[in-house]
Amino acid sequence: MVSTPSSADGQRLAERDYVQGGEAQTAVKILVVGHFAVGKTTFIGSISEIEPLSTEETMTRAAESVDDLKGVKGKTTTTVAMDFGRLTISDRVVLYLFGTPGQLRFVQLWEDMARGALGALILVDPERLADSFAVIDLIEQYGLDYAIAVNHFDGNPQRAEAALREALDLLDDTPVVTCDARDEKSSAAALTTLVRFLLDRAS
Amino acid sequence: MTASEEFELSDAGLVRAYVITKGRGLPDDDQLSLITLLTAAPEQGQRAPRLSPEEERLLDICSAGYLSVAEIAGHTRLPLGVVRIILAGLTEGGHLVTRPPVPRARKADRAILEEVLNGLYTKFG
Ligand SMILES: Nc1nc2c(ncn2[C@@H]2O[C@H](COP(=O)(O)OP(=O)(O)OP(=O)(O)O)[C@@H](O)[C@H]2O)c(=O)[nH]1
Ligand SMILES: [Mg+2]
Repeated sequence: MVSTPSSADGQRLAERDYVQGGEAQTAVKILVVGHFAVGKTTFIGSISEIEPLSTEETMTRAAESVDDLKGVKGKTTTTVAMDFGRLTISDRVVLYLFGTPGQLRFVQLWEDMARGALGALILVDPERLADSFAVIDLIEQYGLDYAIAVNHFDGNPQRAEAALREALDLLDDTPVVTCDARDEKSSAAALTTLVRFLLDRAS
Repeated sequence: MTASEEFELSDAGLVRAYVITKGRGLPDDDQLSLITLLTAAPEQGQRAPRLSPEEERLLDICSAGYLSVAEIAGHTRLPLGVVRIILAGLTEGGHLVTRPPVPRARKADRAILEEVLNGLYTKFG
């Protein structure tokens, strides 16, 4: 038997860091997206069975305008992070949750994340609705089914769902659920709403 | 057909060796996606002597169980692109075995979504 290997900071990986029953597991993923500071990392952390991890990628910035790259020696690169968590669903399915801010210029990252995803949960701050337009567009562009989770921050007034639907221009069947990303049960309920919707759509 | 049979991976998918030209290009996304699970291949001892320190490190981290490509990058803090290229080489060399996610298909999706939904109910009530 091998001893447990260590990660970057010299910490030993524990047995629980590994996928339980990995040889029989099918991995699936759901995206948790939303604008800056909407609560993505908090959400993932609240239901992940592992300490949320992040990866960084130095990548070529897709030319928003090709001219931007003209005359630039080499490629324009930038570093982005996405974070993710894991949830063992059963001895057959392990679910990964991937979170990243919605920035269209990180095309490769978005393609990696979106490819094969079951769907997306879009976190929305009702006080900053306009900030969510870009990420909703992006998810639609990738053809992913999604539900909206309104991350309710303390002290803010409750807003009517109808107004929010109208502001975000949602389809009638798009689920909208309120959640507190810091609370495991609340986050799980939002995720459950999404999965139930995805199942309806797949029927 | 049971749900588990539906998500069984084809042998060809598991066995198909990963062919990349060394030092060129990123691996095929379907083969080493963010959620492809990997572990060290069983035959130890006959390990090729010419692995780089990074290859040794990734192989080491994969030696005690299955991890996804994303988790390997997260634990090692290496950029994802780099990790994928190294893992592709290790897979090609027979040092790692992979468990790619199932391709999306309506029927498999349904079974998986049902399983996920039931799992969430069980875990969180
Ligand atoms: N009151 C309250 N605070 C929250 C909630 N969710 C997140 N926060 C706080 O909001 C801040 C931002 O949350 P993060 O989870 O880091 O947000 P994020 O979307 O990952 O942010 P970026 O990755 O920077 O885009 C943190 O200080 C959280 O503690 C919530 O539901 N209620
Ligand atoms: Mg974050």
